[in-house]
Amino acid sequence: MIKIENLSKDWKKFKIDNISLEINDNEYFVFLGPSGSGKTMLLELIAGMWSPDSGKVYMNNTNVTYLPPEKRGVGFVYQNYMLFPHKTVFENIAFGLTLRKKEKQQIKIEVEELMNLFGISELSDRLPRTLSGGEQQRTALARALIIHPKVLLMDEPLSALDRKTREELIQEFRRIHKKFDITIIQVTHNFDEALQLADRIAILKKGKISQVGTTDEIFRHPKDKFVADFVGSENIINGIAKEGIDGLTIVDTGNIKIESSQKKIGDVHLTIRPEDITLSNENIVTSARNVFKGYIKEIYDLGTIIKLTVDVGEQLILVLTRKSFSDLELNIGKEIYIYFKATAVNLF
Amino acid sequence: MRKLDYTTIFFAIMGSFLVLFIFIPIINLITSSDAGSIISNLQDSQVISSIFVSVYSALFATVIALLFGVPLAYILARHDFKGKGFIESIIDVPIVIPHTVVGIALLLVFTSNGIIGAPLSKLGLTFTDAIPGIVIAMLFVSSSFVVNSSREGFESIDPRMEKVARTLGAGTLRTFYSISLPLALRSIVVGSVMCWARSVSEFGAVIILAYYPLVAPTLIYQKFVNYGLDNATPVAVILISICLAIFILVRVLMRGWRTYDKN
Repeated sequence: MIKIENLSKDWKKFKIDNISLEINDNEYFVFLGPSGSGKTMLLELIAGMWSPDSGKVYMNNTNVTYLPPEKRGVGFVYQNYMLFPHKTVFENIAFGLTLRKKEKQQIKIEVEELMNLFGISELSDRLPRTLSGGEQQRTALARALIIHPKVLLMDEPLSALDRKTREELIQEFRRIHKKFDITIIQVTHNFDEALQLADRIAILKKGKISQVGTTDEIFRHPKDKFVADFVGSENIINGIAKEGIDGLTIVDTGNIKIESSQKKIGDVHLTIRPEDITLSNENIVTSARNVFKGYIKEIYDLGTIIKLTVDVGEQLILVLTRKSFSDLELNIGKEIYIYFKATAVNLF
Repeated sequence: MRKLDYTTIFFAIMGSFLVLFIFIPIINLITSSDAGSIISNLQDSQVISSIFVSVYSALFATVIALLFGVPLAYILARHDFKGKGFIESIIDVPIVIPHTVVGIALLLVFTSNGIIGAPLSKLGLTFTDAIPGIVIAMLFVSSSFVVNSSREGFESIDPRMEKVARTLGAGTLRTFYSISLPLALRSIVVGSVMCWARSVSEFGAVIILAYYPLVAPTLIYQKFVNYGLDNATPVAVILISICLAIFILVRVLMRGWRTYDKN
């Protein structure tokens, strides 16, 4: 288990401000935040590349705050791979074992095993600059994993890669996580990556943690506007909340009244995930507490899905599959009804 | 073929002035001496020994510059600290000081009763009119080449590469010699050659500290003053040939050197 206690560090334009956090064994944990939020510095603090100004870092209940990186036994993978350019793929991967003065034959066996695992055996004698991004990242992963670290830290490991390679590596990361019995902490600014990989996510903003939770918690129930914006909640509306019937909360946005199952009073923001809103041509009877009549204002064709803006007094965004879009025979200006459940309305 | 615009043509004409200005005197010098006088000079023990003193002292100065300059370069490349600008200035100052002034400054400190010269002379190390004097004069004027070039080399290495090496179990010193040093070696070698070449060519500071033993530039000066141009030229040709040969050799080696440009 990794435990971070009141950690602070201020260096040039980077800042970590009194962060406390616990990461469980074998957890896939993601630090998510915009650039400049301090997420890389937090990762490097865990790796021991900096000394904090104050605070402590524990690994397995041992205080490692002032332990240098070479004594921590963590693997580290950077966005730009940081392969040693003067060493071959084999030598790069073997580096950690060479330092441990293992026998040449044993090193060869272990390196080849990992190269097989990542499908890079035939690159053994190549220099890093001759490799593709995906190949370099696989080499970097193998290099980090060869020392069998208990913790693997990855700083934006997918950001420099094309979409297809990224998808492949996401599968790779999942596989590693299972196979190596390892705690992974990954830094990213991409929420989709976090969604696909993380057990839990910490959202960072200006060196502080805005919210920690499971992927679902953060996605469905962003705690503040920053998190909501960051995880791509597109329907964020201000309103005044008051107590309604059946234990629900009614939020008056000034134009419409929306019911939520969450309890809050006073000035609030509400978010509704676009995929939680259904659309119909007629006013049908459903269990959904929120039904509004409006018209279609904009249509964006995103290929496999269609995104619509509807005006029901407030403008809401929702998504449809291409099939239901054509079945409903929608066009701009058409009158429609939208429905969503009270549980789909997140308040903060 | 691409049509050149007028600006490029104009700038090329302006720029070729400097190239020719440097090229013509060198080529003229090399071709101005006849083979016979060069060969007779090559058999002159005074000429040979002065060239040897130059080359040998310069090599010595370069080794000292490397020994102390590379660690300094690494610190300057990797750390920010108070007074860094001051240290950088000190390293660069020899470039702007007239070399005779350098000679006088060094002489004051390194004579047998100077603040550094006195204790060292008790150990049997004298600087005035001796090889050590030539070496320190050379070191003073040329060590900045090693420091600045090595520093550039270290700066071009992403510090994160060193950090990764640390996480894999390498301590700071191990990281330095297995990652940073090999990657900066090209720049260090370039700096060393510049340092060596600058040392060989040093005259002003050397004659004030140590007129004897004669270094090649001093010998050329002496021959020019005492016996005229005709006598000085063949030695000048020999010296410039040696310098150019080494310069070209290093250039060729550098071209073949594997570079590890960033991704």
